[in-house]
Amino acid sequence: MHPLRIERLVYRWPPAVRSTLDIDALSLASGERLFLYGPSGCGKSTLLSAIAGVVDVPKGAVRVAERDLGAMRGGARDRFRVDHIGMIFQVFNLISWLSALENVLLPCRFSPRRRARAGDEPAGTAQRLLDELGLSGPFLASKPANELSVGQQQRVAAARALIGKPDLILADEPTSALDEAAKAAFVDLLARECAAAGTALLFVSHDRSLERHFDRSVDFEALNRSAA
Amino acid sequence: MLGFSLRSLWNRRFVAGLTVTAIGLSVALILGVERLRDGARDSFANSASGIDLIVAPRGNPVQILMATVFGVGGTGTGMTWESFEWLEDRPEVAWAVPIQMGDNHRGYPVIGTDGSYFEHFRHSGGQPLSLAEGAFFAGDMADAAVVGAEVASRFGYAPGAVIVNAHGSGEVSFDVHDDAPFTISGVLAPTGTAVDRMVFVTLEGFDALHAQEEASLVDPLDPSALLAEDHADDAAHEAHEEHGEHESVEAGHSHEPARINAVYVGLSDRAAVLGLQRAINDRTADPLSAVLPAVALAELWGITGTAERVMRLMAWAVAVAGMIGMVVMLSATLDTRRREFAILRSVGATPNRIFGLIVTEAALLTAAGLAVGLVLLTLATIVTDPILSARFGLRLGLDVLGARELAILGIIFCAGLLASLIPAYRVYRMTLADGLSVRL
Repeated sequence: MHPLRIERLVYRWPPAVRSTLDIDALSLASGERLFLYGPSGCGKSTLLSAIAGVVDVPKGAVRVAERDLGAMRGGARDRFRVDHIGMIFQVFNLISWLSALENVLLPCRFSPRRRARAGDEPAGTAQRLLDELGLSGPFLASKPANELSVGQQQRVAAARALIGKPDLILADEPTSALDEAAKAAFVDLLARECAAAGTALLFVSHDRSLERHFDRSVDFEALNRSAA
Repeated sequence: MLGFSLRSLWNRRFVAGLTVTAIGLSVALILGVERLRDGARDSFANSASGIDLIVAPRGNPVQILMATVFGVGGTGTGMTWESFEWLEDRPEVAWAVPIQMGDNHRGYPVIGTDGSYFEHFRHSGGQPLSLAEGAFFAGDMADAAVVGAEVASRFGYAPGAVIVNAHGSGEVSFDVHDDAPFTISGVLAPTGTAVDRMVFVTLEGFDALHAQEEASLVDPLDPSALLAEDHADDAAHEAHEEHGEHESVEAGHSHEPARINAVYVGLSDRAAVLGLQRAINDRTADPLSAVLPAVALAELWGITGTAERVMRLMAWAVAVAGMIGMVVMLSATLDTRRREFAILRSVGATPNRIFGLIVTEAALLTAAGLAVGLVLLTLATIVTDPILSARFGLRLGLDVLGARELAILGIIFCAGLLASLIPAYRVYRMTLADGLSVRL
């Protein structure tokens, strides 16, 4: 099973004439870690939106866990997304008035599949994920998210993406707010956790220094014919 | 969803608290106005129960009702005792109670009447007056006074206490009849009507007070004054002789004043009320009005209706302002919450769920507002009840919610939900457009 398979994806934002995305083929194998690099504004985030099913894509162009996103309606795509995809953003990943632990448990709140895959006790699983990501101690887990440092917030976001073992994790420049040492540590940690969960990882960044942590790397500008 | 909404609101508890307070105030105001209105109507209707007709010198029915039953204002110049006797002798009249007014006791109306008042007056759906202490006009005591429950409790009166009345109906009186004191013979049990605020004295006592006043007004330099005083004495003697005569015929009226202000009439046959009313109105010797209390009350509500409507309109306007406040609060936080909604969408919340989140928040705010409103209403009732009952004879009481009030609460709750659809729809559109990344 391929967590992600893209074939002949052409997408343009509604009023625009030029297409933002024109991708012939891109796929990820189970548990594969792919590094997708390219300069800012070349359409990387649009690709992630297309994979997440937030924008309408043509039928047959994007398949996540072998399901055609283009054939699903909006609400179904939302539910499907949380069942199969974990997401980590650049910044502002957390709901500030929930605790770290509650933020991690959010996908379980909305997805029965993720809750079922998070084990008998999702809270325990969440706590274990936080521990493994270096956020141990009940004090830290119960802290409101807005009292955490940026590095801590990104690790909480990673734990949230990982909980319930989704098929695919989409990471959109998650290290851009971290310093050099923290960046490498974070990516290393994320890669290891994905491997442990058997989750494929699509990591998007403009920072090629992170390339070595991944199985494969792809130049987005080469992939996307619209960007050329 | 509920817990999530609660947490979200708690995160904005200051503004949420203000919104809840605004809604609560409007709820308390609406229910308060309704209760005040109902309380006033009940109190008035209760005060006038058991009286079939009120006969008074020709005048406005509402004015006559207000003056006689509620002790507010006055009637015309007065009616003759002959008219009273004529009325009393009519076959359809079961009983007639003479009423004299115009004095006050420390701001409370003083009513001159006889023992039959206590016998025939009914309040609150047919209950007779009862005594908390002492006796009604005992024996032949001309200076006996019976006081309402509120007058007694306010001034600490008990049987045996000596009181002095003043002329006029104002609260501040300079013309005090301190030369004609009364001795309290009894204190009435509370009725929740205007009777609680009244002081009852005998016709004889009421007259004695004014006879003395007339006497003291005589110019001492006028040589005819002495003569006049003699005449006054003569008149008094005559009156006493006359009353002696009458006493043997009829035990009811031990004193016959020259003029009285009104008569409460009870009929042996209620069907005769219109005929009697016509007969009274047609009487030319002493122009009188016969007032049906229920009709006069309806007329009164017609007059106060406009004010009531304005009050209710204002109360509802406050409710609308509260709702607008809630919409403003929910809308104003939307921009700062866009990230929150994007994150929720990324973890699987559909735009519908986020729409539901906003509506749930509004429902919680409105429900909390209703609860706060009821608490405020209860507190306001506890605080104002003594004042209202002292000044206006109104008793609101801590009643359980009636069907009408529940309907009002339901309407406010639905209005809150409806109002929340505006920000909820905006959020729905916004989350659809924003997707997972917020373009601020």
